[in-house]
Amino acid sequence: MNIINIEHIAKIYQVGSEEVHALRDVSLKIDKNEYVAIMGPSGSGKSTLMNILGCLDTPTKGLYDFKGTNVSQMNDNELASIRNKEIGFVFQTFNLLARSDALHNVELPLIYAGVSSSDRKEKARLALDHVGLTDRIHHRPNELSGGQRQRVAIARALVTSPAIILADEPTGNLDTKTGEDIMALFNEIYEQGNTIILVTHEEYIAEHAARIIRIRDGMIERDETVTKRYVPKKNGASKA
Amino acid sequence: MNNFLFELKEGLAISLRAIRANKVRAVLTTLGIVIGIASVVLMSTAIKGIDNAFQKGVASLGSDNLYIDKWEWFNNDIPWWEMRNRRNLTLDEYKKYKDLAKLPIASAPTVWSNQTVKYRERTVEFIILQGTNDDYIKTTNLSFSEGRFFNEIESNGGREVVVLGSEVAKKLFPRGGALDQFVKIKGHKFKIVGVLSEQGSWVMGNFNPDNQAFLPIQNVFKYFQSENLRSVTFNVRAENSAMVEAVKEEAVGIMRRVRGLKYNEMNDFSINQQEALLKTINQTVGVIQIAGLFITGLSLFVGAIGIMNIMFVSVKERTREIGIRKAIGAKRRTILGQFISESAIICLIGGMIGLVIAIILSLVINQFLPTSVQADAFILAIVISIITGVLSGFAPAYMAAKLDPVEALRYE
Repeated sequence: MNIINIEHIAKIYQVGSEEVHALRDVSLKIDKNEYVAIMGPSGSGKSTLMNILGCLDTPTKGLYDFKGTNVSQMNDNELASIRNKEIGFVFQTFNLLARSDALHNVELPLIYAGVSSSDRKEKARLALDHVGLTDRIHHRPNELSGGQRQRVAIARALVTSPAIILADEPTGNLDTKTGEDIMALFNEIYEQGNTIILVTHEEYIAEHAARIIRIRDGMIERDETVTKRYVPKKNGASKA
Repeated sequence: MNNFLFELKEGLAISLRAIRANKVRAVLTTLGIVIGIASVVLMSTAIKGIDNAFQKGVASLGSDNLYIDKWEWFNNDIPWWEMRNRRNLTLDEYKKYKDLAKLPIASAPTVWSNQTVKYRERTVEFIILQGTNDDYIKTTNLSFSEGRFFNEIESNGGREVVVLGSEVAKKLFPRGGALDQFVKIKGHKFKIVGVLSEQGSWVMGNFNPDNQAFLPIQNVFKYFQSENLRSVTFNVRAENSAMVEAVKEEAVGIMRRVRGLKYNEMNDFSINQQEALLKTINQTVGVIQIAGLFITGLSLFVGAIGIMNIMFVSVKERTREIGIRKAIGAKRRTILGQFISESAIICLIGGMIGLVIAIILSLVINQFLPTSVQADAFILAIVISIITGVLSGFAPAYMAAKLDPVEALRYE
């Protein structure tokens, strides 16, 4: 069954008196437990597409069906609820709350979901265990390395068991080695049956995915299945 | 309902976290509210104190009393020059009035003189010396810390005796023991037969019996001033407040007769009542109240603007944080609630600090003006500070709530 079904969506921004067509006509389907990379140079519209896929924004035209629900006409609060339950975000700049420790950061989506304090502490601990940060749960972001911060972010994305994980240049702020470790973690998450959408402009990062969608000038240029997927080794992952 | 409580609890927890993260700023922000609440509480307590002092002062006059005088005390319609041209009331007229009046339970003539009282090297300058008779005590509620009022024999005989107000006695005899001592007034010796206990209230100033001395009226005429210099005032006491009107009517009739007024002549005397004083005082206190609360309200308003300003800055600064929160599922009302409760908590903390400061300051003020911070001031402070917080936090919180998550996340 398709989790995501997008038909002929377009996004037009009004900049002054000019209309900017960030997305012109995009249609795509993503199934459960797919590992998709969205690639494209800057200005190609991939960020816009990611925002729409992540329910942070709505398309100007077209239909977006998410798990059988039309989300293209939803209001702010309805979208917030979808993001909370169904989408786990991982950002290039981690986007953790600087003044809260790892545990509270991971708890946050559960707070907004209305989970009771003891339940969410339990779940947040498990998620942090999962990404290998058992002994770092009371560290604040500035006491953690880049790789560890990204792991906290991944734990936060996983904690609500969302339908998709949406990662926007997740290795962009990390060195190659650490980036590789993070990609190994994503691979693991993928192999556990999750759906991952990876937005990147790095070819070698995109090759971790099983399917690559290339965007250019607001259109899908190519949508291909990767024949020789790069599977990172798991070694040293916990030391990232 | 449960859901609401959950959100409220989590909202408060998040706000407290944010406040703790910005302690210095929170403290500085609160300062405006601290000052605002402290001044509102202090002002309302002070006004209450002033009002109490006035009421107490007026009450010391007695609500059942009438004062027959040449002057109308709180005059609205009789021109002052007309009153000035009236004949003085005299001691003789008092005697005639006393003989004819059936309704009052007591009446006494009073005339005042400004004199300096000496005891050895100590002096009390220019106090009001009340010349009166022994019935005076029955027209008042005065009580004694030692001794008594002068009696009928001393009064009729014009003996050189004096009763001191508590302040006067304290100044002349700081260590007590005033009774039976002799004070000198304008070179004449007077024996102290009584000292009043503390009566009045500072608002009455020199008219406060604490700052006065009392002696037989003949002595005033004999030693200090001629009988024509000042008009005599008749203090008249009715049995109870229900009788006041009747006593007043009788007094008008008697006084017209005594003064030989024809039917077409206007009264050339006035009958004064505490009620008129009370009315004037209430008006005055009302004006002080409005002005005072308005001015302190302004300081609170300035504090509120400070909070609003800092909340706007805070929202701007935390745009990214808001973006993150929205991205992971915070709804508009969650963000709205977070920032409003943050500002309400800051204000509440400020209000509590302001309240503590107000209580401390009121202890100091209490030295001059009997007053204390009452329970209603606590409630006032808490309610006002929360309302201020909610109102001044609303606009910034609304701005935060309607931020676009995409733009907020991109914000550097």
